[in-house]
Amino acid sequence: MFAYISRRIGISLAILFGSSFLVYNLEAYSGDPLQDLRTSTSPSAKTLLHDLIRTLHLNIPAPARYFIWLKGVLKVFTGHIDLGVNRQGTSIPTELSVAVPTTIRLVIAATVLAIVLGIAIGIISALRQYSRFDYAMILVSFFLFSLPIFWVAVLLKQFLAISFNNFLSNGHIGFGFIVVMSIAAGFFWAGVISGTRKRVIQIFFGVGIANAILLWTLSVTKWFTHPRLGIEGVFIFGLAIAYAMTQLSTGLENKASFKAALSMAIVGTILYFPAEHILHAHGSFLMLFIFAVVTFGVGVINGRLWAKVDRAPIVRTSVLTAFFVAFVIFIDELMHNWIHYVNTDAVNGRPIPTLGQSNNQIQPGHFWYTIIDDLTHLLLPTVALTLISFASYVRYSRGSMLEVLNQDYIRTARAKGLTERTIIMRHAFRNTLIPITTIIVLDFAAIIGGAIITETVFGWTGMGKLFVQAIENFDENLLMATFLITSLLTLLANLLADLLYSVLDPRIRVGGN
Amino acid sequence: MRFFWQKGRVTVAVEAFNSEGGLENREIEGKTQGQIIRARFFRHRGAMISMFLLFAIAVFVFSSVGTNLFGISIPGWWKWKITDMPDLNQCRAGIVGCPTLSVVPKFLGGAGIHLGQHPFGQDDIGHDYFALVMRGAQRSILIMLILGTVAGFIGTVVGAISGYFRGFIDGALMRLVDFILIIPFLIPAAVIGYKFGNLGVVNLALFLGIFYWTGLARLVRGEFLSLREREFVDAARVAGAGNRRIIFKHILPNAAGIIIVNVTLLMSSAILLESALSFLGFGVVAPDVSLGLLISEYQDSFTTRPWLFWWPGLFIIVITLTVNFIGDGLRDAFDPRQRRRLGRKEREESQKAILSHQVSAEG
Repeated sequence: MFAYISRRIGISLAILFGSSFLVYNLEAYSGDPLQDLRTSTSPSAKTLLHDLIRTLHLNIPAPARYFIWLKGVLKVFTGHIDLGVNRQGTSIPTELSVAVPTTIRLVIAATVLAIVLGIAIGIISALRQYSRFDYAMILVSFFLFSLPIFWVAVLLKQFLAISFNNFLSNGHIGFGFIVVMSIAAGFFWAGVISGTRKRVIQIFFGVGIANAILLWTLSVTKWFTHPRLGIEGVFIFGLAIAYAMTQLSTGLENKASFKAALSMAIVGTILYFPAEHILHAHGSFLMLFIFAVVTFGVGVINGRLWAKVDRAPIVRTSVLTAFFVAFVIFIDELMHNWIHYVNTDAVNGRPIPTLGQSNNQIQPGHFWYTIIDDLTHLLLPTVALTLISFASYVRYSRGSMLEVLNQDYIRTARAKGLTERTIIMRHAFRNTLIPITTIIVLDFAAIIGGAIITETVFGWTGMGKLFVQAIENFDENLLMATFLITSLLTLLANLLADLLYSVLDPRIRVGGN
Repeated sequence: MRFFWQKGRVTVAVEAFNSEGGLENREIEGKTQGQIIRARFFRHRGAMISMFLLFAIAVFVFSSVGTNLFGISIPGWWKWKITDMPDLNQCRAGIVGCPTLSVVPKFLGGAGIHLGQHPFGQDDIGHDYFALVMRGAQRSILIMLILGTVAGFIGTVVGAISGYFRGFIDGALMRLVDFILIIPFLIPAAVIGYKFGNLGVVNLALFLGIFYWTGLARLVRGEFLSLREREFVDAARVAGAGNRRIIFKHILPNAAGIIIVNVTLLMSSAILLESALSFLGFGVVAPDVSLGLLISEYQDSFTTRPWLFWWPGLFIIVITLTVNFIGDGLRDAFDPRQRRRLGRKEREESQKAILSHQVSAEG
């Protein structure tokens, strides 16, 4: 194992050396970084030109200059890496220290959302293979697969930001919209649950009418302009979460587990007022962390109180329920602050921005305003990125699940008389995740290297933006720094994916023959 | 090929008693592999519709504004060329160049079905937008084909050599794949863009193709690695076939499925790649036209003149979608494990057939 990893790292470094040499020279070949200064008529151009040549070593030919750069990079072993300066004279690590966190903030929510939704839909689609739902999802994923992200981005700006902001000025939902949404919801859930024809029709009408009533109520009570869940909302969501978590984690037959989840929902509702009060008065990331720790603790204690034997699954259900209920309380706290945030001068009633990564007129001291501001700025790029990568996860997980369902061990599990829930969640789902895990790792590395187009369209200054900027300005050091990070991540992710594969699937051995 | 086929027959024999297998048996009996695949592909409704649609679009797009390929110039039937600059249409207050296309007939309260002078509208300085979109779509299709051919060829050759010969050659080629895989596309694209000016789409596509074959090479290599261990390869070798003959006559036809499918999918992603590069300003550059370039130019006019944005996007999506569907149909057709879902009528029929079979066996 050790020999394998060290050999892989050695090869990776060799590849890195070769490709960085090539990229450096390609970049130097692509254009003259001094073009604008040479043709400039400004009196200071000459001195600027000489300064630039000196600091960037432009008098040395590119293949040789590469080794100066490499020497700086290799100083990483002595503890202070030297990536040079960009054309404006800023040191590269300073630029990166701003760009990398920005990109991570941008892509993390989108990737997680795309993974969770994509896998869920893909697996449901595989379980209902060749049903109408399956066909519809294949069609949708193909459609999303064919969308150019910059095109989606412009549409989102128009319909999700501008139109939604207009809508928020009165909060009234049109009749046509309610009808369309209800029919869509009816179709979706009828497809997911499925069954006999009569049952499908029942579900369709049930969900559709419930949805219409809900939207109408929200519209009439002006919920969208004054959103709140309140203690009753937390209670209702808590019960639903308890039901869903038990169903997924242990199955409803496990009475102790269901009771633990239900009691957790009730405890959450009881703790609603104190939790809300503390969060509101002392909002900070430390407080959120403490909140999470307390949630975990309460979940564990509650689970252990209900469990007589076989504790682990019950505690697991309880903790999961606790976290989701806590999340609902957190959302409710955000909603409390929402209307005040919307009415601040900086926002002026139009909360969903189309550009930028934060609103710098928001008063920095107010924790909740900052959080809402970050979230609203994240909304459009997150939706765009999620839509685009969602499709590939649906397809991967559907294919993988179908493959697993055809395996002999699934037949054995059925023959043993295990419940369908156990077969799907314990036998099929876990094995489905093996190939997907490696794809996730590679995807993450690729996307951190820059959601180039997303960043350009939505005006974020992350890695992708730096990269484009470097190419446009012939900024060699900046380009090499972004390249270095991207390629290192890719190589590491490749190694990690291979290792993970062998950990998850013991039949596969790395390094052996 | 032959062994593949025989394997198919063995599974069919085993499944003869199961309802779907019985029917499948009847479907493939006495047919060659190619015929079965073709039949399966023709049955894939999405793929068939997509193929006709794509063909129709290609003919429409190339004939409408004419084309100039490798020195041969063919005039189009559309009245405007992309260089024509007629006067701007004044339509509503402050807005110029509205589309004159109307599809709502008169009796439904519309303006009647007619094309008008500029069905897709006009751009900022009066160019006919229909002509521009057609030229952009031509570019997309051309880039898709060239890039797909180049990348498909390199990927297949590298993958085949690597998987067949293994050992040192394999190691070296796979390191080359890793090497190219970590170089971002924008860099070679920027080199062509800045150094050579605009050398035209053909060169752009060729150059991108040189950097776009790595995924395919890996897949083909994997396929070759497993196929070369099969008995029919041993048989061919014993019969005295050389490496070249084994690769081209015996293994390649068996790997054709995976190659065709992945080249198709690669082509669909090539369209998106080109439009994204052009959008960023690193792909097709003005004065040439590309769908991505059109969208990038007019993304800010969406609120006032949305048609400048809808049409190029629509063409990108339709072309990519059809290519994707064709790829999916091919994948289903080539996958030997793929089982068709039987209609209710067919299921009843095969049920009856099995019943009568059992009755006759008992009797």
